[in-house]
Amino acid sequence: MLDRRSTFWILYLPPLLWLGAFFLAPLGLMAAFSFRADMRGDLLQIWTPTLAQYASVWATGSYVRLLGISALVALAVAVSATALAYPIAYFLAFRAGKRAGLYLVLLLVPFWTSYLLRVMAWKIMLGSEGVLNSFLLYLQLIDNPLTALLYNRNAVMLTLVYVWIPFAALPILAALQRIDLALFEAAADLGATPFRRFWRVTFPLSLPGVLAAFFMVFIPTVGEYVTPLLVGGSRGSLYGNIIQDFFTKAANWPLGSALSMIMLVGTLALVAVAVRLVDLRKLIE
Amino acid sequence: MSTRRVPSLLSGYYFALIALLYLPIGILFLFSLNANTSLSFPLRGLTLDWYRKLLESEAVLRAARNSLVVAAGSSFAATLLGTMVALLAIRYQFRSKNLLIALAVLPLIVPFIVLGVALLLLFSTLHIERSLWTVGIAHTVVALPYTLLIVVSRLAGFDVNLEEAAMDLGANYPTTLRRIVLPIIAPAMVSAWLTAFTVSFDEFALALFLAGTEPTFPVYLFSQLRFANRLPIMIALAVLLMIGTLTLVVIAERVRRAE
Repeated sequence: MLDRRSTFWILYLPPLLWLGAFFLAPLGLMAAFSFRADMRGDLLQIWTPTLAQYASVWATGSYVRLLGISALVALAVAVSATALAYPIAYFLAFRAGKRAGLYLVLLLVPFWTSYLLRVMAWKIMLGSEGVLNSFLLYLQLIDNPLTALLYNRNAVMLTLVYVWIPFAALPILAALQRIDLALFEAAADLGATPFRRFWRVTFPLSLPGVLAAFFMVFIPTVGEYVTPLLVGGSRGSLYGNIIQDFFTKAANWPLGSALSMIMLVGTLALVAVAVRLVDLRKLIE
Repeated sequence: MSTRRVPSLLSGYYFALIALLYLPIGILFLFSLNANTSLSFPLRGLTLDWYRKLLESEAVLRAARNSLVVAAGSSFAATLLGTMVALLAIRYQFRSKNLLIALAVLPLIVPFIVLGVALLLLFSTLHIERSLWTVGIAHTVVALPYTLLIVVSRLAGFDVNLEEAAMDLGANYPTTLRRIVLPIIAPAMVSAWLTAFTVSFDEFALALFLAGTEPTFPVYLFSQLRFANRLPIMIALAVLLMIGTLTLVVIAERVRRAE
């Protein structure tokens, strides 16, 4: 069995080294950097740890407020995308019949098209010379183009919900497909109305999928900075945008690292809660 | 009565939502054929000019080529590493197993902006110039969870007795891996590779921080968004890439089904 043992190391070391070097090390370095006082000197020099960056995040009310707003935006987007995706998943699982496969592909095609361009498409939809305004002007429902459609947080949320709906349908569909159909017959035999059957049998059994969908949308949305750049304008920026600013334009990496650390720790804590709620291994099957 | 109405209501909802999902994409497609540079209605007539100009624009094609190279390389590495972790997860017992699996799946739940700036910090500290390599490294990390999950589900499904039979017949373990295990998980590896490819090809949030002077396609596209007259060309290229990606996805699905 010696060769099996040596094979072990051949399989074990590359992924461990890769993830250590390019996943753990950068995050560790970022954590260390968040305790640095300023950008002066070489990046590799030794510095005395300080909580100054965290103190300044706390003291600057607008960062904390933006973090709260971003969490609320992510919550709203995740709830909306999950709620809008549920009937789709239900339709695909129980009502689409033989064409379910085709309908599923149809749903996923938009998800496989360029993210930036799908966001851009919404800019074209909502812009002052965009599709919606042209249409409303043509119908003479409005006299001047509406400018309130684009460059604010609502536009960001609308675009994100649009982007995530197909993705959110997948875990819900997987959960619905695992339900034993005999349970429906049992419920019907016991005299349950279709609505009651859904509420007391189907929905509770699909909850793991619903929670998975929620978190699969919530986590990337909390860290979102690209969509606000394109359709959010100055009024629609999110927490991710200030991190991006501090690593590009403002070049204050220690403060940017502290802001990233807060987001990272928050996300990981949330996932820890999620893992307790949903058995993630069931979703892999 | 109510049971008959619910299905039609549901299918109505499905098709309404599908129409909404395709509307913006359809409009993009329309603008790639529009004779006017401005992205507004009414259209000024149809043209294939943008597609012709696209083929003449070196920078655009170069960016697309860069994306292809990064996606091909990073998805290859991610598939290799993902398969390694999958083999360890299913066929070996060792103390740090759960830790290794958790580590390999973790990139899935770290927001991209956090990983992006962290890698930027690392590369700057080590004085490593940003390039397509740094983008590719980041993509390998974020694609690894997908490749791992795809290969694991295939490995979990096949009988360990096949391997033991091979070993009983005198094959050593590396030979067993090469002759028995690899052929069995090959379709899953292809599917994992294609998935990783599409993850990398369209990725922007990490690439924006890590690309050097050579942009990937999404980075280049982003830099061009403010020039209105360049947009139709970019959209034309995106339409072509969209068709390319779709072809890949369909192939991946076929391969996965064929298992």
